[in-house]
Amino acid sequence: MIEISGLAKSYGAHQALKNVSLAIRPGEFVVVLGPSGAGKSTLLRCINRLVEPSGGDILVDGTSLSSNRRDLRLLRRNVAMIFQQHNLVKRLSVLKNVLVGRMADLSPLLSALQLFPEADVKIALHCLDQVAMSHKARSRADALSGGEQQRVGIARALAQQPKFMLADEPVASLDPKTSRIVLTYLKKSCKESNIAVLCNLHQIDYALEFAERVIGLSGGEVVYDGPPSGVSGDVIRSIYPGLDDPNVLDAAQRLTERRRAAAETELRAGDMRSDGRV
Amino acid sequence: MSIGSLQFVVNRPRGPLGWWILVPILGTAFAALWWSAQGTQLSLKGLIDGLPWIGDFISRMLPPSFSFMQKLIRPAIETVQIALWGTLLGVVLALPVCFFAARNLSPYGFVFHALRQVLNVMRGINEIILALIFVAAVGLGPFAGVLAIAIHGAGMLGKFFAEAIEEIDEGPLDALRAAGASTLQRIVFGVLPQVLPAWIGVVLYRFETNIRVSTVLGMVGAGGIGFELISSMKLFAYEDTAACVIVILLLVLAADVISSKLRAMIR
Repeated sequence: MIEISGLAKSYGAHQALKNVSLAIRPGEFVVVLGPSGAGKSTLLRCINRLVEPSGGDILVDGTSLSSNRRDLRLLRRNVAMIFQQHNLVKRLSVLKNVLVGRMADLSPLLSALQLFPEADVKIALHCLDQVAMSHKARSRADALSGGEQQRVGIARALAQQPKFMLADEPVASLDPKTSRIVLTYLKKSCKESNIAVLCNLHQIDYALEFAERVIGLSGGEVVYDGPPSGVSGDVIRSIYPGLDDPNVLDAAQRLTERRRAAAETELRAGDMRSDGRV
Repeated sequence: MSIGSLQFVVNRPRGPLGWWILVPILGTAFAALWWSAQGTQLSLKGLIDGLPWIGDFISRMLPPSFSFMQKLIRPAIETVQIALWGTLLGVVLALPVCFFAARNLSPYGFVFHALRQVLNVMRGINEIILALIFVAAVGLGPFAGVLAIAIHGAGMLGKFFAEAIEEIDEGPLDALRAAGASTLQRIVFGVLPQVLPAWIGVVLYRFETNIRVSTVLGMVGAGGIGFELISSMKLFAYEDTAACVIVILLLVLAADVISSKLRAMIR
């Protein structure tokens, strides 16, 4: 469980995050929505300390993080990250990029000599399998398409066998169809291994479709924290102040209603089952 | 402003002077060039008066002595050997330094600045001057040349290596950091794959340059074909000098062709 309380981060006079408090429970898929500059990336990067917070507490499984180097490596092993620009090493093979996920457990010297324990190679190949990319294990990373590269990015994160995964706008540079594929792989593989996901998104529709919980971040503050079915037009307007696009609001409204209806039918079906009528 | 159907599309220079800014710029440039022409005794008449002497010199070089050329095979090979080891030792010296001389990897600001200055000093001293120093230290011969090329080359390579590191995409380094990788792992898997093509290109270019430099090192007694060149001139054996010049040209051309072929291969 990740517990964040009173998290603040300022860059000079600019306050990127002010007093953010939230909790990520084991295995849940949480989507963070918010306009550009709302502090979504900063929030994620504070959790794994790629960015040093200016105030507040972050507890990962009950332990507070010191900036001690060894502690940091241990923390980062449990908290994997996926990046918008994939951040694969382009000239290395897909397999070696995924092995990067195993680095925290490997001997620096042996890995520098390109020697890896068989067990770790097996883990890497299994993770590639989870995102259906094992057939490209020997290809160079820059020979893949954007969507494929991001799936390798997911495999690299999975290879850490983490408890938590931070995904920073993983589909921002992908087309809608590829985005859906990537998000589906992300959700499926994390469910398989009971990894909790905190995922920044720009697409409201995907947020409502994939999220089990939505966090709305605006101006460095949490303005919504609840189920996707609760994301109404008013909530969207509070996340994106000044957004006056009837299309977006309409679409969101429809999606929410559809989801709520789906949830209700499921509930009713469940009731009927428990009543012994079906 | 328009000339017929053509329009002159240039912005008026910013600043209060507008186009008048050209007057002080051109004036200063003209004054500096005039002053330097006086200092260097630039004279077209001197060149024209000297032409017959140049012609005389060239005519004495002809025909180049092909029999002497056979004696140049050994010094030519030595020249290549000096360049080879000079380049390699330069790489060996530059490698450990370059990571700390790159702004984005150097752990402390003062380390970065100090190392850049060290590299500047190594690079700032010409190979011929370094060769004179090393001839005094280790005696006449090619080894002094190797050391001279290594020191100057390390200063060059260290700078170019570090600049290549500064140009890498730092995203993969973030990813390695986020995965809990150690510093060594970040360098081996994040930095090296990104800089290797640029580094190989720089090393090949240095090798080509070092061939050119080692053809003149012999003039100060640091081995190679330059010694034959300078002694043939001192003996007024200009046909032999011509042979030396031809062999040097062949060496330089071969180095140029080989290194550009190899550099094209790694793209």
